[in-house]
Amino acid sequence: MAGNVWVLAEHWRGRLSDLTGEGLALGRELASGFGSRLEAVLLGHGAQALAAGLGAADGVLSVDHSSLAEPNPEAYCAALAALVEARQPQLLLVPLSNVAADVIGLLPARLHIPLVNFCRDARVVDGKVEARCVLYGGKLETTLVVSGAPAVLGLLPGSRAASGAAAAPAPSIEEVKIELPAEGRLSFEQYIDPAAGDVDITQQDALVSVGRGIQTQDNITLAEELAAALGGVVSASRPVIDQGWLPLTRQVGKSGATVKPKLYLAAGISGAPEHVEGMKGAEMIIAVNTDPQAPIFAVAHYGIVGDVLEILPALTEAVKAKKG
Amino acid sequence: MNILVLLKMVPDIVEELEIGSDGTSLDLDAVRPIVSERDDHALEQALLLKERCGGSVTVLAIESRDVDEVLFTALAKGCDRALKVSGAGAALTSAKAAALLARTLPGIPNLMPVDLVLTGCQAIDDLDGVVAPSLAERLHLPYLGIVTAVDVPAGALKATVLKEFAAGVRGQYGVCLPAVLGVQAAEKPPRYVPVAKVRAAMKARTIEEVPAGAMDEASLLSVAAMTKPEAVGRAEMLEGDPEAVAAKVVEILSARGLV
Repeated sequence: MAGNVWVLAEHWRGRLSDLTGEGLALGRELASGFGSRLEAVLLGHGAQALAAGLGAADGVLSVDHSSLAEPNPEAYCAALAALVEARQPQLLLVPLSNVAADVIGLLPARLHIPLVNFCRDARVVDGKVEARCVLYGGKLETTLVVSGAPAVLGLLPGSRAASGAAAAPAPSIEEVKIELPAEGRLSFEQYIDPAAGDVDITQQDALVSVGRGIQTQDNITLAEELAAALGGVVSASRPVIDQGWLPLTRQVGKSGATVKPKLYLAAGISGAPEHVEGMKGAEMIIAVNTDPQAPIFAVAHYGIVGDVLEILPALTEAVKAKKG
Repeated sequence: MNILVLLKMVPDIVEELEIGSDGTSLDLDAVRPIVSERDDHALEQALLLKERCGGSVTVLAIESRDVDEVLFTALAKGCDRALKVSGAGAALTSAKAAALLARTLPGIPNLMPVDLVLTGCQAIDDLDGVVAPSLAERLHLPYLGIVTAVDVPAGALKATVLKEFAAGVRGQYGVCLPAVLGVQAAEKPPRYVPVAKVRAAMKARTIEEVPAGAMDEASLLSVAAMTKPEAVGRAEMLEGDPEAVAAKVVEILSARGLV
């Protein structure tokens, strides 16, 4: 008899993540494949009310402890290790966001169990999990077969549409007591919110977003000119922010903002999964990249193979001419 | 403050990636190896800490193609010692690399214990997880990942570490030393070092080779296939010179009322 399929219910600042809903939808298929139950694992402190949003699961295992009040990989790992050892699930799906990602590497190493990272899809074949994983910035995929259980799957966004929790009845909640040290080697101290004052890129109709292909800080002017002509602003992918060329407030993607503008023009952005996560909901996506194989062309509506340093000025002129 | 930085080489994904004849792995001969971007940020963060707190930075990599140049570059940037683990074999998965490092590090003369191990919080080829947390578990050290700033006040036994969440929000943590940290981005962009200084390091400095520890880590995963992603949706491609393409884009935007 196969063990149950678990999904780590990821929550942050009082809210369950969308990725948790996607995990529950995929988890339901995998649980059917194994003929087992789907359970959500809720770690936190005073967070039990969030279980109402986990109705897509058959049940919720809830661990309440002061050390789990904020994301703490050490405490999360200790709690999950104890749970997994005691209950022997078939599979634990962990959303690969910045909240839960740290535990993905720790838990399998502690328990000597298999781990599949960057998983975009999974199914059960002949009683084993076959997972499809994204590698090399989205340029290649690998199909893996997982031997043994329990196993941990780090789940990327976009595997399934999120399970609608609202319609489902509230699941049964089982409180599980786990002894955890009150103080570990890792302690959460405070959140630091970004400095206010810059434009809010989530509120713009048009974003001209620059990536590595913009090459230099000076070239960002080309994107600013186009953005101004379109009545929008400039945003960026990670490498541009890491270079210090634009402030953190302009970052689109997993660590930055999730944007849904009417127009998203991706200039010199390859389209790594971490970036796509933040912009795939844009109404129209136009991508410019020199690499015809760039993954961004799989999410864009229109694509241009070319150098942004030539395309951006041409676009600015054409938009200005149209607007008169 | 003694810091160990782990570097690894990954394929430059700006280049075309080809699948090997076995159908389950990358054709490594056809790729251009570069240092993993997050590891480069880990190195920068270590150098910034050394400038603030004193101490030493040792850089270590498992032997792979073109890694010598990366290690000499690290020495030219200000690292005190460069180590190369030889005899490990190619195509190590993250779990295997972590197991190998955990067995090799204690045997390296005058290295352990260090105060901090810094490395990238992720690499583009992390099929089975990330080296940093896996190594932390094996060395019984605390781990925090997705780190964007580290400070260690003079004489403190704890590091103050910032971890990135979403929408520009960061969390501040106290982390008892020694610890392993997975760096997402250094406080400043990785420094540039002129080629002349790298050449000078190649002449004047040495990379110490250390033999790999014994390996008995069996893989719990098997790769059935490696493929290029099937395009679920694919952009409609606009062709022509920049002016022609720009005219087409404006036509599309105009039809949607966007210009």
